[in-house]
Amino acid sequence: MIELKHISKTFNRNTSDPVVALRDLSLTIAEKSFVVVVGSNGSGKSTLLNALAGTIRVDEGEILIDGIDITKLSDYQRSKWVARVFQNPMTGTAPELTVLENFRLASLRTQSKGFRIGTGEKFKQLVKEKIYMLNLGLENKITQPMGTLSGGQRQALTLLMAVMDETKILLMDEPTAALDPKTSELILQLAGKIIREFHLTVLFVTHQLKDALHYGDRIIRMNEGSIAEDLSNESKSKLKIDEVYRWFE
Amino acid sequence: MQSTGGILTFDACFMNFYLTAILLGLGFASLALGIFISMRIFNIPDITTDGSFTLGGAVTAVLLSHQYSLPVILILAFLSGAVAGSLTGIIHTKLKVNALLAGILVMTALYSVNLALMGRSNIPLIGITTIFSIGSFFANESSQQIFVLILFPAIIWLIISKLLKTDFGLAMRATGNNENMIRALGVNTDRMKIIGLALANGLTALSGFLITQIQGFADINMGIGIVILGLGSVMIGEIFSKTFRIKNISIQLLTVIAGSILFRLILAFALSIGIDPLYLKLVVAVFVLIVVSIPNLKRAE
Repeated sequence: MIELKHISKTFNRNTSDPVVALRDLSLTIAEKSFVVVVGSNGSGKSTLLNALAGTIRVDEGEILIDGIDITKLSDYQRSKWVARVFQNPMTGTAPELTVLENFRLASLRTQSKGFRIGTGEKFKQLVKEKIYMLNLGLENKITQPMGTLSGGQRQALTLLMAVMDETKILLMDEPTAALDPKTSELILQLAGKIIREFHLTVLFVTHQLKDALHYGDRIIRMNEGSIAEDLSNESKSKLKIDEVYRWFE
Repeated sequence: MQSTGGILTFDACFMNFYLTAILLGLGFASLALGIFISMRIFNIPDITTDGSFTLGGAVTAVLLSHQYSLPVILILAFLSGAVAGSLTGIIHTKLKVNALLAGILVMTALYSVNLALMGRSNIPLIGITTIFSIGSFFANESSQQIFVLILFPAIIWLIISKLLKTDFGLAMRATGNNENMIRALGVNTDRMKIIGLALANGLTALSGFLITQIQGFADINMGIGIVILGLGSVMIGEIFSKTFRIKNISIQLLTVIAGSILFRLILAFALSIGIDPLYLKLVVAVFVLIVVSIPNLKRAE
């Protein structure tokens, strides 16, 4: 369970031009729920995700995961619970390392990286099997540098990497924004499959209203750093696309 | 290098001249690998090098004249460089000072530290047993020199290429390659950079350890402009790696060592065609400029 208690974040705080990104926001997310976050640009969606991942520190409030206060933990310490898929497909992988080496690091997300060589035959087979599931023919490219693959391929692998180690929470910040429609669909289908299979708690930021309606069991609309709408299960399933459009008027 | 008595023929002289260059290249291999780690692995332009190279030399000369054992000196020389590098790392990551400036600061401070350590500006090693004269495994000092200067970089190469393949090494490489990603995968990148700069400068100090013993003295100015040697070697190595599409990290490290040797040979060649040693640094700068700009010019085509 994720609990955000009265969190606030202001950028450029001590300047003449402060930007309030999160305004006394409180939110509780049950385990295994799939929350879609929508909202116009600058409404605080990404800040919300970054606050949870720890890449930014909140000015006020508390953040708890399973009752543990993580407010003061750094991003690399929160990786124990949180896996991320970024908007830019290049952000989730290291281009000069091979696919295999990227997966090795991902498989140690919650563990220390010691002086062992862990990319041997056994691990290679494991990665090949996992990648085979993608059906993209990438299982034969695992010794290639990640940078030689396309954005879509890298995003698919990033998703897979998220569940190479024990994961509770998956944060996806517009994971398909940089991809073509066909690849986007593929990525989201894959995400859906992984989320179901691994029983993840998910926060999914999107600008695609169709996806917002289609995926998840709860939808949150953010506006000026606060939550403006919060619909779960039934009310979300009854939601129509033109209603959602009206949110943005 | 000692002659076997009598008058050296022109050929022997010629051979000796280039052999010396190769041996110096091997002596600087450790420094080149250090620069490879800071610049290529971590993407940090680190010029602590000038100071940590001299520091390695100073520690070596002072301890040798106090009859410390060579293994102890070796370890202390490495550690002294590592401390200097970690200082640069701490200034860069914790105090948020630009990496280049952090390096300049530590390098500047090291000049005084080195001078204080040495007590004077030059320590000759006349009549002192060095790594090249210890034991009696070889008939003469020059074959021992060749042996040591091949073995030494070989061992360092082996250790570093193994290290870079371990999980820790992968995390190091990812730190320079995609910091956001590796933080999200649970790595404290500040700590990693400090360790990386410590390692890089430890290796640099090991070159100081060797070169001091090759030339038979430590000098307060021995490190001036030395960073460019490492940079040049890394660049030459990179040209090899790009030309032959070398992706394997341990082979890339080998190309850097080859770069270090080639760099020395080119300098030797420059001297042999009669370029005034006065202009040697100018030759070095122009040469590195050419090496650096070749890939850019190719790209522009």
